[in-house]
Amino acid sequence: MFHRESGIFKTTYAADMALYPLPIAKATVAVIAAAVVLLPFVLGALMPALSANYYLSIINLIFIAIVGALGLNILVGYTGQISIGHAAFMSVGAYTAANLAVRWDLPFWITLPAGGLMAALIGAVVGIPSLRIKGLYLAIATLAGQLIIEWTINHVPAISGGAQASIEVPKPHLFGYEFKTQGQLYFFLLFFVALAIVATLNLVRSRIGRAFVAIRDQDIAAEIIGINIYRYKLLAFAISSFYAGVTGVLYTYYLGIANYEQFQIVVSIDYLAMIIIGGLGSVLGSVLGAIFVTLLPIAITWIVESLGTLVFEMQQIQHVVSNVRVITFGLLIIVFLVLEPEGLNRLWRNIRNYFRVWPFSY
Amino acid sequence: MEWEFTLLLLVNGILIGLMYALIALGFVLVYKATDAINFAQGEFVMSAGIIAAVVVAASTSFFLGVVVALAAMVLFSFLLERVMLRPLLGRPIVAVIMATIGLAALLRGLLPLVFGAGTRPISLPEFIGEEPIALGPVMLQPVQLVGAGVSILFLAGFSWFFLKSRMGIAMRAVADNQQVAMAMGINVERYFALAWAMAGIVSALGGVVWGSMLGVDVHLALVGLKVFPVVILGGLDSIIGAVVGGLIIGIVENLAAGYIDPYVGGGTKDFAPYVVMIIALMIRPYGIFGKRKIERV
Repeated sequence: MFHRESGIFKTTYAADMALYPLPIAKATVAVIAAAVVLLPFVLGALMPALSANYYLSIINLIFIAIVGALGLNILVGYTGQISIGHAAFMSVGAYTAANLAVRWDLPFWITLPAGGLMAALIGAVVGIPSLRIKGLYLAIATLAGQLIIEWTINHVPAISGGAQASIEVPKPHLFGYEFKTQGQLYFFLLFFVALAIVATLNLVRSRIGRAFVAIRDQDIAAEIIGINIYRYKLLAFAISSFYAGVTGVLYTYYLGIANYEQFQIVVSIDYLAMIIIGGLGSVLGSVLGAIFVTLLPIAITWIVESLGTLVFEMQQIQHVVSNVRVITFGLLIIVFLVLEPEGLNRLWRNIRNYFRVWPFSY
Repeated sequence: MEWEFTLLLLVNGILIGLMYALIALGFVLVYKATDAINFAQGEFVMSAGIIAAVVVAASTSFFLGVVVALAAMVLFSFLLERVMLRPLLGRPIVAVIMATIGLAALLRGLLPLVFGAGTRPISLPEFIGEEPIALGPVMLQPVQLVGAGVSILFLAGFSWFFLKSRMGIAMRAVADNQQVAMAMGINVERYFALAWAMAGIVSALGGVVWGSMLGVDVHLALVGLKVFPVVILGGLDSIIGAVVGGLIIGIVENLAAGYIDPYVGGGTKDFAPYVVMIIALMIRPYGIFGKRKIERV
């Protein structure tokens, strides 16, 4: 947050790479953690249960998106491998967990890692072409992965559960305690979001994370300095897909149903938009991007529904909303890419740097 | 009966394949000259189709529709190159890919919002007729024949342009090495604009041809998804590759739909081209006619 780091001199690399860059960062994290934990109670106290539930459901969707965006950012932002198949890996996780939960009656703490691991496995297989090809070719290969996985799930009843390709799953429960309401699911999801953020922060400052960044910057040079790029590229695909799989499982438990329509190519593009708008190669960027992209359609629906009746007829509103959403989306991606390639993360840094030396200009 | 069925599938595949080649050509032209990747090719085709359909319906003149669609697409491509792609020059490849994906979303939302979402027909001029033409055991749709004819015409035209004309040779020089081309006195920026304008022309023709066959609505953009297998198979920077890739994909998808669909319940048409593409990527990632890139650290 806003603080000035006077009198702190880092003398070792370990100190420079530490999870908390400054002592005060611990206090910041503690404040944020307390705020996030208290939020549902504050909401519950401030407004009637119905609207509190509505806001919590939006926050829950943001939580799920954060996990997925972090995973994609590890692959695209840190390792520099493009993937247009992120949603397909989510569907792999979702259907794995749904099948395990329904057929063998397994609890979520088994189905969740199982879904993640299955997605990681499939992700690594889809990532195999990355050993020979890159850039555009890789983007198209992952697009093929997306379409083939989608088709397979849709056409194999053993996976998709037959009619309408959807499987209903029970709500998650732990030691007899069931997570049913939005408030309970909030804490269920919060746990995994915190886990994902800490895991990513630690991953990117480890040997593996540095190898990823080296591959992103110049993969041939990375190979020359002794990084096994085949291993690390596959690892990046596997880790990213693991996150995607977990996202899919969380989404399935959240909705109570696994349905391939939630994981189509449009969703892959949503997640790419999150990390580009948020900022490539940044954990904070993934979080900001996930929040932004999840809130965007809600905000647009709200604006068009309240103002749109002036211009359009009532029956058309639904149609207009979906089109305006798509247009704004495309426009935002282009604007961010052209004007602020480092995304919201950079905007936030600019604001912070301004206040850091305030009221002086340097 | 059996061989007649196969023959029908083959002929249909060839005709469809030529029409794929036409759209793929737009992709190849841009990539060849500017190294930019256009994920919005399908949406270009859709936009041109919608514009043509609206004008044809309003003026009842087919040729006016084609001319307006051509002009609109060329203008749009010029603008696009100026506003969006020039600032992205020299940036990582993911930036250009994402920007064109954003553009695709923009077009897919904007055009139905402005012109309405319903499906529109583009009726061909009357002298072409609607009766299928019987050629031995095979029935051919006139629309497909016209589409294939237009494709062959333009593919040949662009081949001549790149091999023989002064501008085409300059464009190849730009594609090969921008700095050297600049040093030889070629106005690189003008050729970038020209390449996009040519992609606009091809998209407009593709829009009219595909639109008159399938009818025009948002789903016309899905044709763009078939462009990737075609160009990967043929090679990203090869015109002849676009033709060969288009033919292979057209035939594969028709045979797959004819023989496999009854067993798995549909959808093979969208699925088979990508399987072929994955195999091609494993064996020959730069395509049948593509140029192999040598990378330096």
